[in-house]
Amino acid sequence: MFSIKKIYQPITLAEALEIYTSNPQLKIIAGGTDVLISLHHGKLDDVELLSIKNLTELTGINYLTDGTIEIGTMTTFTEIFRNEIINKYIPILAEASVSMGGPQIRNNATIGGNICNGAVSADSAPTLFVLNADLRIVNNEGVRIVPITEFYAGPGKVKLQSGEILTHIIIKKADYKGMYGKYIKFSNRKAMDIAMLSVATLGKVKNNKFTDLRIALGVSAPTPIRCTKAESFAFNKTIKEELIKQISEKTLLNANPRHSWRGSKVYREHLIQVLTERALKEIITMSGGKWHE
Amino acid sequence: MGFKIIGSSVNRLDAVSKVTGKAKYTNDFFEREMLCGKVLRSPYAHAVIKAIDVSEAKALPGVIAVFTSQDLPKLKYATAGHPWSIDPKHRDIEDRMILTDKARYVGDSVAAVVAQDEIIAKEALKLIKVDYEVLPHVLDPEKALEKGAPIIHEERPNNIVNDFGNEYGDYEKDFMNAQHIMEGVYDTSIVQHCHIETQTAYAYIDTDDRIVIVSSTQIPHIARRVVGQALGLSWGKIRVIKPHIGGGFGNKQEVIIEPLVAAMTIFSHGLPVRYTMTREECFISSRTRHAIKFSLKTALTKDNKLQAIHVLGISNTGSYASHGHSIIMSATSKFRPLYNFKSFKIEPKTVYTNLPAAGAMRAYGVPQMIFALESHIDDICRKLDLDPIEFRKQNLVSVGHEDPISHVVVRSIGLSECIDKGKELIKWEQKRANYKEQTGDKRRGLGMACFSYFSGTHPVSLEVAGARIILNQDGSVQLQVGATEIGQGADTAFAQMVAEVLGISIDMVHVISTQDTDITPFDTGAYASRQTYITGAAVKKAALEVKNKILTIASRKIGLQIDALDINDATIIEKKLGKEICSLGEIAMEAFYDRTHSHPITSDTSVNIRTNAIAYGVTFVEVEVDMKTGVIEVIEIYNVHDSGTIINHKAALGQVHGGVSMGLGYALSEKLMFDEKTGRPLNNNLLDYKLQTIMDTPKIGVDFVETYEETGSFGQKSLGENPTISPAPAVRNAVLDATGVSFNKLPLNPQTVFEKFKTEGLL
Repeated sequence: MFSIKKIYQPITLAEALEIYTSNPQLKIIAGGTDVLISLHHGKLDDVELLSIKNLTELTGINYLTDGTIEIGTMTTFTEIFRNEIINKYIPILAEASVSMGGPQIRNNATIGGNICNGAVSADSAPTLFVLNADLRIVNNEGVRIVPITEFYAGPGKVKLQSGEILTHIIIKKADYKGMYGKYIKFSNRKAMDIAMLSVATLGKVKNNKFTDLRIALGVSAPTPIRCTKAESFAFNKTIKEELIKQISEKTLLNANPRHSWRGSKVYREHLIQVLTERALKEIITMSGGKWHE
Repeated sequence: MGFKIIGSSVNRLDAVSKVTGKAKYTNDFFEREMLCGKVLRSPYAHAVIKAIDVSEAKALPGVIAVFTSQDLPKLKYATAGHPWSIDPKHRDIEDRMILTDKARYVGDSVAAVVAQDEIIAKEALKLIKVDYEVLPHVLDPEKALEKGAPIIHEERPNNIVNDFGNEYGDYEKDFMNAQHIMEGVYDTSIVQHCHIETQTAYAYIDTDDRIVIVSSTQIPHIARRVVGQALGLSWGKIRVIKPHIGGGFGNKQEVIIEPLVAAMTIFSHGLPVRYTMTREECFISSRTRHAIKFSLKTALTKDNKLQAIHVLGISNTGSYASHGHSIIMSATSKFRPLYNFKSFKIEPKTVYTNLPAAGAMRAYGVPQMIFALESHIDDICRKLDLDPIEFRKQNLVSVGHEDPISHVVVRSIGLSECIDKGKELIKWEQKRANYKEQTGDKRRGLGMACFSYFSGTHPVSLEVAGARIILNQDGSVQLQVGATEIGQGADTAFAQMVAEVLGISIDMVHVISTQDTDITPFDTGAYASRQTYITGAAVKKAALEVKNKILTIASRKIGLQIDALDINDATIIEKKLGKEICSLGEIAMEAFYDRTHSHPITSDTSVNIRTNAIAYGVTFVEVEVDMKTGVIEVIEIYNVHDSGTIINHKAALGQVHGGVSMGLGYALSEKLMFDEKTGRPLNNNLLDYKLQTIMDTPKIGVDFVETYEETGSFGQKSLGENPTISPAPAVRNAVLDATGVSFNKLPLNPQTVFEKFKTEGLL
């Protein structure tokens, strides 16, 4: 039994926004895989919920004429990893989605919930960071677009104002075309686990040089992060074993992992380098580049 | 031995009802107006409860009762699921009350609430005001032994629950004359059973003023006794019913919540009250597996024979004794019929700390001991450059070996054959040679480990078992046993035994799976891998009795001697000629309805078994170690068992799969963690406690070497707990083979491996 005081279940976005605006104390529930756990742990006693489960406007994955991919925030991880558009154009997101939880969780958990929960370990986050994803946020008054890289505020915190609902994730063609990506989730179990550390890399290789390289990390700072220093260092440099090593080392210039009983700081820093190196080698291979002399 | 149904892979009797959801578990039963019980648990590891104010909680609408230790009889009782001992010296330690007046770990039960529903009950918990005086706490058993350490139980100011040891042979001389003396320290972590169904029970007072408890227990008859003791009630006033159960692994071989739910109904005018532990509660407030640190010292002769062993063990039993003292005793006696030590000295210490109480868990201390011993054996072999398989084989005991202390005799041993099979299955020679000089990021290695285990608890405990058979008009039978089906397949094995003896098909045996202490024959329950061996003897005896009664009627009817008759395919036959005489049903009808001789056929019997049978087995494993991340992957694993006659191959396979997977979690990922400063549990949930998933589980290879154990009713020995014993040391030895690094503490999780690789200069 959960201690839920009230639940609103609107069927249109407009209705949802109206309810939310006049009841700013509401807690939004999407798939429920995070909210119900908080309730179970007694952290949300007597909560009033706003369920956005029935908002069909927030579901589905669309490929727009200009090649932009739009993902409704209520799309589940199962839907994402099985989706043709995702698998064809941004397979790295399918890879990240299927690494999440187990089948039952993936059938319920939504990508929007994963982002808005603000967890540093969110499986979708590093991938969406390297894809330069934009977020469409609406309220009663209008729409704003925010890059995901500017959305996180701290552990469990995102920059969503009261009355606002995240409706879509937008990925532009320029951010995936000709790019190859790899997501590595490091956890103690192969399923039903959260990341102890995660690395997403996305890159473009020409003449064995990185003409574009993006690296994002999960569980390596108070929010998911991009390794901007390593990225700019890598730009236009000829790929060699030594370069990969240097890039991987430079990821630490942006990272600041925590020391906790889930994993020591030293170990996490070590993993960041090892996993970045491995992810880079994968995307180099996919792009037809090589690092051996 | 020419069995027909014993040894065949009949389907589990409960398979269909379980997979279709028809089987009823404790929480599938409902009473009208069932109330909900909840427990207030201590936030402190060690604290005196100075005062409790429950008035506000009591006043909350919907609350039926709130009570504390003040409201209960001041009775201390023992919770371990052992047979009662008439001799007071052999009783379990009585150190617990239904609700405590002093908190001894974070999670200790301080007060109980009964309310109309869960939400009200939880709300009421928040309204209870407790004034604690926080005391210093101790989590490390070695620190708990130091002078000036916090005293956890006044009755035992040195924090030692028990330190009863053993010594045999000319131990001093053997060490003096040794060619080599080897030493090693091996440590394990606290893990938990993680049965799917947490502790749950409900209770009410019936129309005869008796307390009825429906509980997920392995030991209904013991539960009845302990509830009586805890509440100071006459044992006959208590009735315990055990329906289907969602796993126990030893954690329900303990009377944990039954006295509490009985008290809850008493305080609620006899209305039905259910109390179900949350997973978080279950992790800390049921039982855990003891972390035991073993220091081993062995003496070897010049021809590399194991001559003597010194075992020093420190076992962390947490805040209450539970099974504590007997677990390290089991650990240090069940390994002895493995290698032929001429002398030994065993010095165990079971120590109280301010951690959740450790209790019985699958294989009862033996996984800890075998981890130490089998790791130590590989360390010896590596140091002396000996082949670990040959070394073990040369040191095995043989048939006729008698333990000098317990006097348990080895009457069958197929371990050498088990080793040969395992070695071949994993292609030991070839792969060991291939993996000699590895340098890459991923390195492979092979390891193995052996074990010995008992069948039941003789001679330490009483081994009594009861069985009852009733013959129906159509020749089918009902079988009732007091031993419980807890998912291990015992009911199916018993049905096979009855079918075998009576010459009927398996579908003619109806097993009454639910135990009800008012009705069920007396048996102490499911533990110690005792059922097929101990209860199996009672089942055979009951079946033989029924058979004899059937053939007596047949003999009277036909005129042939009883000895000349037999039953085959539910037909009475003349043994010598194989000639069919009449159907079993016809005889059954006469037993029921003959106007002169009517006397329906039943048997109601019990056995007191005073033998033990030593089962054996071995794990062979291949691992791949990621030298950079510390991740260990199991590539191949085989468990080969000597459990005597295998009653049901398919069920045995399932048992081994489950046991090995539990052993792999123990080896690689599971560890219950606590904050040093506060004693609070850090990962008492299934996300942070790394129980392995099916995705982490490799294909598990299983094989058997079927010896015939003369003391088993069908030649059988134990198998239930056995498969979980040897995987951990085998994995550890395989990692040693792959990397040259000896890991002497479980689990080998990535963080630990990383740290060790760093210390060893590999990273």
